[in-house]
Amino acid sequence: MKRKTSKNARKMIQAIPFMLPSFIGMIIFSLLPIITAIGLSFTDWSGLGEFSLSTITNNFIGLKNYKQLLGNAEFWMSVGHVLYFIALYIPLAFISAMLVALILNSSKKVSGVLRVLYYIPVLTSWVAASLIWRWVLSSQYGVLNSILSVFGITGPDWLTNKYWAMPGIVLASVWKDMGYYGLYIFGGLRGIDPTYYEAARVDGANKRTILFKITIPLLSPTLFYCLIMSLINAFQLFPQVQIMTGGGPNGATQVPVERIYTYAFSYFKMGYASAYSWLLFVIILILTLIQLKAQKAWVHYEA
Amino acid sequence: MKRKFGLSDLAFYIVAFILVIIVMIPFYWMVITSLKSKGALMALPIQWIPESPSLKSYKRVFTLFPFAKAIMNSIFISVVYTLITLVSASMAAFAIAKIRFPGANGVFSLYLMSMMIPTQITMIPLFIIMSKMKLTNTYLSVIAPSLFTAFGIFLLVQSLRSLPDDYMEAARIDGAGLFTTYKSVIMPMCKPVLATLTITTFMGSWNDYLWPLVMLSDKKKMTLTLALNSLNGQYGTEYNVLMAGCLISMLPIIIVYIVAQTQMKQGITVGGVKG
Repeated sequence: MKRKTSKNARKMIQAIPFMLPSFIGMIIFSLLPIITAIGLSFTDWSGLGEFSLSTITNNFIGLKNYKQLLGNAEFWMSVGHVLYFIALYIPLAFISAMLVALILNSSKKVSGVLRVLYYIPVLTSWVAASLIWRWVLSSQYGVLNSILSVFGITGPDWLTNKYWAMPGIVLASVWKDMGYYGLYIFGGLRGIDPTYYEAARVDGANKRTILFKITIPLLSPTLFYCLIMSLINAFQLFPQVQIMTGGGPNGATQVPVERIYTYAFSYFKMGYASAYSWLLFVIILILTLIQLKAQKAWVHYEA
Repeated sequence: MKRKFGLSDLAFYIVAFILVIIVMIPFYWMVITSLKSKGALMALPIQWIPESPSLKSYKRVFTLFPFAKAIMNSIFISVVYTLITLVSASMAAFAIAKIRFPGANGVFSLYLMSMMIPTQITMIPLFIIMSKMKLTNTYLSVIAPSLFTAFGIFLLVQSLRSLPDDYMEAARIDGAGLFTTYKSVIMPMCKPVLATLTITTFMGSWNDYLWPLVMLSDKKKMTLTLALNSLNGQYGTEYNVLMAGCLISMLPIIIVYIVAQTQMKQGITVGGVKG
């Protein structure tokens, strides 16, 4: 018994130098900010002037920020805009990512080159991608409307039209992300044990049956991960909105993180912005929990 | 476009080609635009091939903004950020998965939980903390968060847990200290994961926007993404200059990616980590 204790103590001492950098980092960059953010959300502090512990007590306003947010149409609009984004983005992104994955998985000679090509948008920064797409979507001088006109379609004024601004942002986002999810799903496809396919072939299963009875069920954990990640990312939509539309036209593309940034660093309402960010977090958490519950219906984990 | 599992050859090439076109058109448009003169930007019908291509926009990018400095800043920040992440995350993962000190699982869960807290929550208090420490507008403020990357630790712990403990035992019998075991025995065995982490971290740092935006306001300290943003703020309609800037900001990361891809031929899918 005593020997075990001393062995544990020795392990503790040995582990300290290895754990120190990440632990200090965790305290400074995660724990401390989280605690401060909770405190700030109960204040009406502007963010200007010195911050100290008394800042929170001096500016304490209780739950007022939260009450104000929940009763504020702007807050619900910003969440609604994200849900609209998700409704357009998820189907498009998943279909294109699935196509990318199937193409890469066909192990033709060109797949190596294609893998790099499809991945270039992922490598591009969101700032660059947003600038490129703002120009692509330019109603008069943009390349997209020019292509559409070849087919006799008069393209909309994408980013300056309140109905078309969000679809424009969705197009840019699908373009940017399909390689990422495509490569991830491709990894999942390659992880499927080929013996399943051999067995199915021996049993005379057709391609349709193979797709729905083997590939999709075995791929479901991968697809589930992509779904969770894309939902979480969608709620954190920011650079593309800030650069492509700035939340406009007329607030039609205002989204939570863009609002939080604006309130904190342009309007100097840091307390309000903190409360905003916590409410956003709660929404993301609830959605993730619903997803985790719902996965039982369609996600199959191999025993 | 058939979405059947067994794409026949013709369908395969058609779909693959259409996707390549969709992916490449914005880039083609970027390159073409960057070669145009200001007047040609507004020419109708739009010019698919510039009538009188010139490299003037590229020169102009460097005169309008200290762009060369921004490139150096981005390289410096991303390289140091990645190095610190690799060292700090691998040390933590080694302690959690291999030393297995009492409480290791608790700390690991705490680390994982912190992954759930999004940037926009910690961004405001971190800004306050950094201002208090007089660190705003420093490289350090952008680099320091690399000390703690829960994702990297998670990735490495997963891979270290699959390594048999016999290696630890063998190293100990051979008289190697823990640090030597970490550096010369265990780490070389998880090179593929370290490579994946290197690429994802470098990419993330290179393209990071929100945090540097909050931290850096001095033109001389700005990274490439901020330089582009600032260029956009001042010359938002000069798309030839903006597109030249975009191309310059993309080239280094694409080169790094292609080199990394050819380096790792053991079939690692960079960027796509099998969970």
